[in-house]
Amino acid sequence: MRRLRGKLSPYLLSLPSWVYLLMFFLIPLGSMLGMALATGDPLDGYTMSDNFQEFVDAFTNYQDTFYRSFWYGTASTVATLLLAYPVAYWIAFHAGRYKSSFLFLIMLPFFVSFVIRVEAWQFILADEGFIFGPLKSIGLLPQNFHVLSTQWAVIGGLVYNSFAYYVLPLYVVLEKIDRRLVRAANDLYASPPTAFVKIVLPLSAPGVFAGFLLVFVTNVGDFVNADILGGPGTYMIGNVIQDAFFVNQDYPMAAALSSMLMLMLMIAILLYSKAFGTDAIQEYAA
Amino acid sequence: MNATSLPRHDVRLENVMKQFGPWVAVNNISLTINGGEFFSLLGPSGCGKSTTLSMIGGFETPNSGGIYLGGEDVSRLPPYKRDVNTVFQSYALFPHLDIFENVAFGLRRKGLPKAEIQNRTHEMLNLVDLTNFAKRKPGQLSGGQQQRVALARALVNRPKLLLLDEPLGALDLKLRKQMQFELKRIQNEIGITFLFVTHDQEEAMAMSDRLAVMSRGQIEQVGTPAEVYDHPATEFVASFLGASNLIPGEVTARDDDITSVKLEDGAMVKLPSTALKIYGKSVKIGVRPEKFQIITGTETPEPGWNEIEAISGVSVYLGVSHQYVMTSRSGRQLSVYEQNSGRDSPLAPGTTVRLAWNPAHTFAVAYDPTKADGE
Repeated sequence: MRRLRGKLSPYLLSLPSWVYLLMFFLIPLGSMLGMALATGDPLDGYTMSDNFQEFVDAFTNYQDTFYRSFWYGTASTVATLLLAYPVAYWIAFHAGRYKSSFLFLIMLPFFVSFVIRVEAWQFILADEGFIFGPLKSIGLLPQNFHVLSTQWAVIGGLVYNSFAYYVLPLYVVLEKIDRRLVRAANDLYASPPTAFVKIVLPLSAPGVFAGFLLVFVTNVGDFVNADILGGPGTYMIGNVIQDAFFVNQDYPMAAALSSMLMLMLMIAILLYSKAFGTDAIQEYAA
Repeated sequence: MNATSLPRHDVRLENVMKQFGPWVAVNNISLTINGGEFFSLLGPSGCGKSTTLSMIGGFETPNSGGIYLGGEDVSRLPPYKRDVNTVFQSYALFPHLDIFENVAFGLRRKGLPKAEIQNRTHEMLNLVDLTNFAKRKPGQLSGGQQQRVALARALVNRPKLLLLDEPLGALDLKLRKQMQFELKRIQNEIGITFLFVTHDQEEAMAMSDRLAVMSRGQIEQVGTPAEVYDHPATEFVASFLGASNLIPGEVTARDDDITSVKLEDGAMVKLPSTALKIYGKSVKIGVRPEKFQIITGTETPEPGWNEIEAISGVSVYLGVSHQYVMTSRSGRQLSVYEQNSGRDSPLAPGTTVRLAWNPAHTFAVAYDPTKADGE
């Protein structure tokens, strides 16, 4: 009896999580897929059907928006990586006993609501705001110069909001790298830049990989940045889903779009893992 | 590798000084290591031996003084431009590269042709007996094997000087003894100058052609293991290398051959004048515990030997010897080892004995009676 309980205890301990996942993930996921195939409207109710046409429409009607979302997602993730890596590297290798203070500073803006932070950027980037206004009045920028409602404002917003989420996984792997390895590489005729490329970079690949997934998936599906900082030309798939759901109340379309997005992200992640699996990156470095 | 054709390079340190803030880690040391020599820096932790090694490797820059490698001043060269390689205490193998790539790392950085990298790496893996492990990652190897990879990774570059930073410290005793022989064998085979840093005096004595004993940032003595053991120049060296009995006394007579010293308990002893390199009146004479002969009753020592009286105390039986703690007439504790041959049972505590020893086995170090004993 005791042995049986011993064997069962890992499952019993994880039971609450399984129940939670079932109730709040699997069931909604199933009902979303079901809704995507349903026909009807909010007033008369929905009936189950095999309306696969909804998926075809979702893709053909919003093809450009899907492309745009993936472009914004990729561009913002790469830009975040390029900004976050040096910061994480510096904190891990050179901040000494102030490491946690700097990490805290990086986390600090995230104690403020996401929407408020994006609104703040709208204020900063405003056409006649406190940055561009004076620059325009002294003639450094042309009068029709604007950043808001361009794709750069949206990508910039995405980069800003995902910065800390990339710094943290990078910091975790960089912090673990044994500094004596760099010393050994220097001893074996590797200059500091070479030692970085051959030792530090490959050893930090798991953090680059993890952070990329975390940030990319979040950014592709984002709608707040495009909503507040963007314009009509910067609609992302998240905005379309939000409109379909809350504005048009076309639930089957919203569900079909969501399912499509999920499927595409899964395919993208799979291809990404195949191409840049951490093992591959590490072997490449040799 | 063709051993005999490798040129041998000497290493010279001239008045090298290194400070970290107010702390003087290495205080004005000068040292010459001959080409092809197995040289050890020996000392307790914090004595400056590792800092000295770091400066020779290029990881620290001396505040003043020069480091010359085969006649060339390398004091200001960064580590990656020095023809010096290091076997690190922690091995510092690259965890993401396999054993072959770990060993080939230096050759690749030098940009050698692919075929030569292949040949030299395989040759070196063969030398350390790891050919079958070329495709493994360091994490899949035992401590002893990792140690050999670290050695191969450094030696494959045929440096002018190999630095070994306590490389055997992480191994268990048996493996350690085995690696000591391995290291000697490999050094003989390839003839590169080895500079070995350790705090283990037995290890340094067993492996070195010559060694330097360091303390508080300074070199106390340089010599062959036998010279340093038999004739320690300072009290620190005498006590750091093995056990020794040091007894204060005063020089009463001195000529070219023999010096006479009156010990604190009144006994008169003689030692060769060549063993006394100091000219003050106060000295401490030293005798290693195994040099004593215990004389009881009416036995007489060999003619001309020194002799003092002592009372035997507790003894420890160690198989090869009995180790006694005895007390001299002046109350000083003496350590005496007697070979396990002859006496059937150890001396009973409280027995009065005489300790005799050959004057040639006596050494002397400076002694300042105004300072507290043992300082």
